Amino acid sequence: MNTILVAAAVQDGRLKRSTFEVMARAREVAAETGSEVVAAVLHPTARDLAPDLMRHGAVRVYVVEDPVFDRHVNVPVIDALERVVKAALPRLVVAPSTEAFKDVMGALAVRLGAGALPDVSEFGVDGDSVVAVRPVMAAKMLARVSSREPLVLVSVRSGSYEASASPVEGEIVPVDFSCDAGTLRQTLREVLSSGDGEVDLSEARVVVAAGRGIRDEAGRDLVLELADATGAAIGASRAVVETGLFPATAQIGQTGKVVAPDLYFAVGISGAIQHVAGMVNSRVIVAINKDPDAPIFDYATYGIVGDAFKVLPPLIEALRDAGKT
Amino acid sequence: MKFCVCIKQVPDVAAHVQTGRMVLNAYDASAVEAALQLTEAHGGTVHLVLAGPDAAKETIRKALAMGADEATHLVTASDMDSYAVSSLLAEHFEDGDYDVILTGKQSQDTDAGLAGSMLAEHLGRVYATNAVGLAVEGENTLLVTRQGDAGQEIIALPTPCLVTCSNDMNDPRIPSLKGIMASKKKPLNVQAVTPGPGRSELHDTQAPPERKPGIRIDGEPAEQASHLVHLLQDEAGVL
Repeated sequence: MNTILVAAAVQDGRLKRSTFEVMARAREVAAETGSEVVAAVLHPTARDLAPDLMRHGAVRVYVVEDPVFDRHVNVPVIDALERVVKAALPRLVVAPSTEAFKDVMGALAVRLGAGALPDVSEFGVDGDSVVAVRPVMAAKMLARVSSREPLVLVSVRSGSYEASASPVEGEIVPVDFSCDAGTLRQTLREVLSSGDGEVDLSEARVVVAAGRGIRDEAGRDLVLELADATGAAIGASRAVVETGLFPATAQIGQTGKVVAPDLYFAVGISGAIQHVAGMVNSRVIVAINKDPDAPIFDYATYGIVGDAFKVLPPLIEALRDAGKT
Repeated sequence: MKFCVCIKQVPDVAAHVQTGRMVLNAYDASAVEAALQLTEAHGGTVHLVLAGPDAAKETIRKALAMGADEATHLVTASDMDSYAVSSLLAEHFEDGDYDVILTGKQSQDTDAGLAGSMLAEHLGRVYATNAVGLAVEGENTLLVTRQGDAGQEIIALPTPCLVTCSNDMNDPRIPSLKGIMASKKKPLNVQAVTPGPGRSELHDTQAPPERKPGIRIDGEPAEQASHLVHLLQDEAGVL
């Protein structure tokens, strides 16, 4: 093991916290194996993001600057990461498991002749090989996997490791790259973003998630108030997204986002296995549901059997009071 | 347009108790449904390919009963990782002239989500993953709505292309009795295959550590609220 390359995740012009979670674990693995941690960042002004990566231990930051990286388009991302890997010669490439990285991981692995261990909750090095643990069977089982190839790509679920700073004097390495829009066969027509200014789900320390028990606008307002009282991001089960009360970007589960915040409120969520797969690794889970037999109570740290419409108003008040002291 | 949908037979992970029942991967079912809807609206054919053991025939029949025109069964009893599957499928597609290859965004047992983009790279096709909407535009363009990190991305892909589908795209139809009867007469091309090596190793699978049993908070809503806030502050330390 010599070099560990962290592929940074950028959203709205800043590095996602999951990048720093991955950096923190990469530093531990590097210390165990006598390796160095470097980072890659693809963005129109990638250079501006380099200092933050050095603050988290990157001794070199490969910056790939092109206007195309303003929004996610898979072909140039694969081409650029291929270039960075050929320049940095890592044994291990690690990235946060974002939709953007999921989009390119398989293609990049084939391109580079690399092994791929996607969406892992743990990774490390055992002797010469990279080993990882990944939730399978809707997170009901954990699989221990490794790569047969010397070069390995790993993507890591957000919340799997704790982000921490560890400043180093790093160096910026510009990577020559330009994307000719004329040769791109695909066109990104438009991005319909939802929930501008809200707390990003995959970044949040606290998540308030609504299920089918939140059946109307009045219920949604209570959920939004609870999120406001706790500084939480807002999530939802697939069932309630389908009603149109919450946007698709809020969906948590096997389909949708996988989150592992410190505190997760499941409000009116029954706990279908597909939803649980996306939140079971949360540290503290509070479940509020009318049905005492709802499966969500099997996962709850604290369970309240009751109607969300009756439980939430005093809870919001109590949380606001607690916040004031 | 000529579609081919790559499908897989998987354990029914949605069941709370594992019965060993095998089903059509839910994401692949959405891909089949999408292909059927687009060919019903614009004309064309829907082909299927499945790599897996003999017993997976049942799953192919189900997808044919939904309305696909014909299927190829690449029969192998070997366990394959995403790379081995994508290589096998790439060989299969060498002599096909499909405008669009569709597949599920991941399989519901392993949730790896690699095979689609691996296959696209093998074949040199443009691709999009995690599609939640699909439309045909003109003669040779597919308009894909993809669920990205911060919103939905609308991407125009020229054919030939490959798209991986989310189950949020549609509700797959339940085969009708007529469909089931018709499926028995549809062409099923069976080929024995030997997959090449994979690039990853599965060592073992274990149940995750048991969670500590939770605490149930009883009482009137106001009491429950203040009790919970105390626990979150003092016991859990998360406020």
